[in-house]
Amino acid sequence: MVTKRIIPCLDVRDGRVVKGTNFTGLRDLASPVELARRYNADGADELVFYDITASAEGRALFTDILEQVARQVFIPLTVGGGINSLADFDRVLGCGADKVSVNSGALKSPALIDEAARRYGSQCVVLSMDVKRVNGGYHVFAKGGREDTGRDALEWAAEGARRGAGELVVNSIDTDGVRRGFDLELLDAVCTRARLPVVASGGAGSREHFAELFTHPGIDAGLAAGIFHTGLLPIPQLKAYLRGQGVEVRL
Amino acid sequence: MIAIVDYGVGNLASLTGSLTSLGLANEVTRRPEKLASASHIILPGVGAFGDAMQKLRDTGLVPVLRAQAQKKPLLGICLGMQLLFEKSYEFGEHAGLGLLHGEVRPLGPDLAAAGYPGLKVPHMGWNRLDILRDDPLFAGTRPGEHVYYVHSFYAKRCAGATLATSSYGVPVTGVVRGGLVYGTQFHPEKSGDAGLRMLAAFAALSGERAGKL
Repeated sequence: MVTKRIIPCLDVRDGRVVKGTNFTGLRDLASPVELARRYNADGADELVFYDITASAEGRALFTDILEQVARQVFIPLTVGGGINSLADFDRVLGCGADKVSVNSGALKSPALIDEAARRYGSQCVVLSMDVKRVNGGYHVFAKGGREDTGRDALEWAAEGARRGAGELVVNSIDTDGVRRGFDLELLDAVCTRARLPVVASGGAGSREHFAELFTHPGIDAGLAAGIFHTGLLPIPQLKAYLRGQGVEVRL
Repeated sequence: MIAIVDYGVGNLASLTGSLTSLGLANEVTRRPEKLASASHIILPGVGAFGDAMQKLRDTGLVPVLRAQAQKKPLLGICLGMQLLFEKSYEFGEHAGLGLLHGEVRPLGPDLAAAGYPGLKVPHMGWNRLDILRDDPLFAGTRPGEHVYYVHSFYAKRCAGATLATSSYGVPVTGVVRGGLVYGTQFHPEKSGDAGLRMLAAFAALSGERAGKL
């Protein structure tokens, strides 16, 4: 059987890894290439890079970093941020990405999912969604969590699966950066609506949070940033702990 | 020098990067004389079988590959491995290179028939490699290591060639060999340190040392 995956996420702005709390208050942390090498050595199962720069200079820096990482790190790489067209897919795949994550671009133009799945295969298309509770429901937020689209998150997950996305990354804005555990209620709800690999994101604060996450059989992977970047939870220790808890992981 | 066959499919950054990181000279090429002078050949590939086979034919390299496969180690990776077989049933029926006996079939119906309709296709992620027959290719491989798969079709009726499998409802053909022709369904260039060690072991094979299976 395939193992549960542990995925460090690198938010890159102007060539540096940054990480915020509840999507704001970004702090400069480290060199993405150095961090990627460290995670590769530590047994991360995959790396996710989000380009959170807006400027053309930042974008050029990002693609340069991606090329460097792809030449030095030999685990799957997923790239997101600013993916609005098939040309954007081509750009990051050409730099060495294995999967491409769409978010705001797919909200603006949902057909992007269909087109990308047809051209590159579903395994290449990851639908990433930022979700927050609004009036007793789950809303999808766009633009890095700043804009409420009013769209129902569970409907959107089902639609993404129908259109050909191969994986879902579900990031809970409510739990992001707070380190009190993943948003299991939201994740379970998504799993009932979309039969795709689901990557949980937002809220990891301890190894117990991951162990609890993987007791939910629909969840394939746990993604986190700050807790890994700061060294608070080293991946080798996390994986050894999970294996001890009976979770199948790659050591 | 390891020649990586360039026939216009897939992204080769990780493959060239992994060989380079091992200190192995490599070149992405579609020139027949390069394949002839290379010590080893890697046939990469992602995408659909029929389309990839057509692109390979268009390069004119099919007879070159058939001839070189008798002389030096050749490694097909992912779709590149599937192309080594006689035929595939991915969107119709397509002839492959026929370097190995066997055929390529969709994974989904077999998972359902085996009582695992809930397993997701593509088979994507890290899975444990179960070695059935030892081989010089596994010189650096440790028992129980995981490798990275992404695929929806798999090789069947190839028991004679199968060296290793991974369990995903059914035994998924993971590593195959016939003579000097090797194939891995998973991506060694995406399988971390375990994958790098396997690529190093492939590069250490020579026409003579690999022997006949």
